[in-house]
Amino acid sequence: MPGMKQTGKRIYDWFEQRLQVEDPIKDAVLHKVPRNTASWWYVFGSAAFTLLMLQIVTGILLALVYVPSAAEAWNSLNILNHQVPLGWFLRAVHGWGSNFMVAVVFIHMAQVFLFGAYKFPRELTWTVGVFLLLMTLGMAFTGQVLRFDQDAYWGLGIGVFILSRVPWMGGGLVHLLLGGPTIAGATLSRFFALHVFVIPGTLLFLALVHVWMVIKLGINEWPMPGRLVRKSTYIAEYNQLTHEDGIPFVPGAFWKDLIFSAAVLAAVGVCAAVFGPSGPGGQPDPSITQTVPKPDFPFLWIYAVLSYLPPSMETPFILIAPIVMIAGLLAVPFVASEGEKSWHRRPVAVLALATIAVGWGVFTHLAMSTPWSPHMSAWSADTLPVEYLREATPLVRQGAVIFQAKQCRNCHSIGGHGGERGPALDAVATRMTPDQMRYKVVTGGGNMPAYGKNLSPAEIEALVSFLETLHPKGEPPAFDASQQAAQSNAVPAGGSNTP
Amino acid sequence: MSDQNDSQQRTEPDIETASEQASDREGPAVVSRRWLLLKAGIALNGLVGLALAVPVVRYLLAPVRKDSSYKSWVSLGDANSFPVGETRLVSFKNPWTQPWDGQTDNVAAYVRREGASQFTVFAINCAHLGCPVRWFPQSQLFMCPCHGGVYYADGSRASGPPERGLFTYDYKIAGGQLQIDAGQMPSLSNTAKLVNISSPATNSGRNGDCGCRG
Repeated sequence: MPGMKQTGKRIYDWFEQRLQVEDPIKDAVLHKVPRNTASWWYVFGSAAFTLLMLQIVTGILLALVYVPSAAEAWNSLNILNHQVPLGWFLRAVHGWGSNFMVAVVFIHMAQVFLFGAYKFPRELTWTVGVFLLLMTLGMAFTGQVLRFDQDAYWGLGIGVFILSRVPWMGGGLVHLLLGGPTIAGATLSRFFALHVFVIPGTLLFLALVHVWMVIKLGINEWPMPGRLVRKSTYIAEYNQLTHEDGIPFVPGAFWKDLIFSAAVLAAVGVCAAVFGPSGPGGQPDPSITQTVPKPDFPFLWIYAVLSYLPPSMETPFILIAPIVMIAGLLAVPFVASEGEKSWHRRPVAVLALATIAVGWGVFTHLAMSTPWSPHMSAWSADTLPVEYLREATPLVRQGAVIFQAKQCRNCHSIGGHGGERGPALDAVATRMTPDQMRYKVVTGGGNMPAYGKNLSPAEIEALVSFLETLHPKGEPPAFDASQQAAQSNAVPAGGSNTP
Repeated sequence: MSDQNDSQQRTEPDIETASEQASDREGPAVVSRRWLLLKAGIALNGLVGLALAVPVVRYLLAPVRKDSSYKSWVSLGDANSFPVGETRLVSFKNPWTQPWDGQTDNVAAYVRREGASQFTVFAINCAHLGCPVRWFPQSQLFMCPCHGGVYYADGSRASGPPERGLFTYDYKIAGGQLQIDAGQMPSLSNTAKLVNISSPATNSGRNGDCGCRG
């Protein structure tokens, strides 16, 4: 054994004499960090880096089988899923690794923002971090395209329609994005180049720059209310803090990073094993219109926002909002490079973060149920509750059939089933008189198409007589008070004249 | 970042200073020649880089072409195979294609025949963000599954986020064949300009007044 140890030492020394990496590595791992930053709150950055490594490894493994050709990509993914042993698991790990990476990067950013860690002298670390976030999202989007199924195809279509709104050069940008006039072979090839070479190369380089700055500038100290950042004194104060109450980064803080990274990797593995890979969905044949395209999780909120924008706001919002958002993120450390770091003294920052988080959550949740979209198969698939038709006249029954057959159900639910685009109609008769219903059906308005040309007068009559029955038991239907008053007045007036 | 680093920074520069002093001893003229040569080297690399960048940029911009150069007339079949008053889904092979396009060269359109020689050929792409709209003959509506855009049978906007009606292809009838000018994914930058839609009140009024559908 001692002999082996000596041989090992000799081999180590041989390499070290030539590489000379021992000193810089020692400097990096043993540099002192403030004792209170060895916290579980500081583990997200390293976890993001670990996930990046996981994505690179699993990405290379998938590239052993994947065929980046529009004609073959979809088939090769199915072969990965069903024929290559554990190919499905590798796809699942890569896909869930992507979800986790996006999530961890966002959490990391929120934590850094909340802890004021972007303030002097770490402004550039934040700036590079913003680009790392954009690259991570870029990887998620290009990765979704490489899945090359219907969602990928129509997701690209949305990209085309967004770019085409750019004034003057919209058409040129579309051609650049697609590599031609349509989504086709050239499109997949260039997204493969972006996903496999361009973005990961830049991402890895920027991540190393980011880590370099973290090591050189030191990890942000735990924010204390009242301890203000001043450019003139901060570095001396930080050095004093690490000198007086510092511990070496390894092992003092690093063990928590290691344990959290392992936990995240384990979570990716468990999710991959339990939930499996995502897709590929339907084949990328644009002539198949029986599809409901949806973006991947990180982009669901955009999908929801785009459906709530009023038409007149579409183009300005789509073109200006991303620029404002990115500029806003980049501006954060320059607007507030000094001052309080503690969230106890930064109510605006806390509120802003909470608003963004809640907004993101709400839009993502909405995008999962898509209440703005007609339910394409509600008219043929959803049943009418029996009690709505009990003791119904033939005319009412005919109206119910028209209600289904004319796709009203795609936007209006009854008995809890159907679209959510328009209001539920279970109690419509308590809100509208028959005349109002007729008018609404014929002329549409708001978000409802006008059905005046598509329904015959008889059909409209039948439909309205069905809608008239839709009111809760014991709650009378709406009526036109002035009309009723006129009718009830007319009878006595006529009666008094008769004799 | 502490004393350890500081002391290193203090010791290492000593060597550099020594070498600087040595170069100083060679005289300012020699140093300026070296600097001149260095600048010449940088300039030369810049020049060669620029010369190489021109073909690279041209190569990268290769897909950027006039729409008309991508488009050509494609047959959708016998014009009489489309019944008058009905809207049919058709698919055709994209005229601009590569052997490795796979199923993506299979493009679809909706053909609506209004009269003996009167057609409207709609792109299936919703004018909002390009998702494929679905035709419902029962209610005579096109509905989009993505953000809920709805269009009337004549392609005009009925409701939802789209700012305009469906895109249409130019068509002609040649030798009894219905042909369309296709090859370019329709979008707001090429097929049509953005039109401002009027206020909701006038809009619904227009829809209600229009006697052109059915």
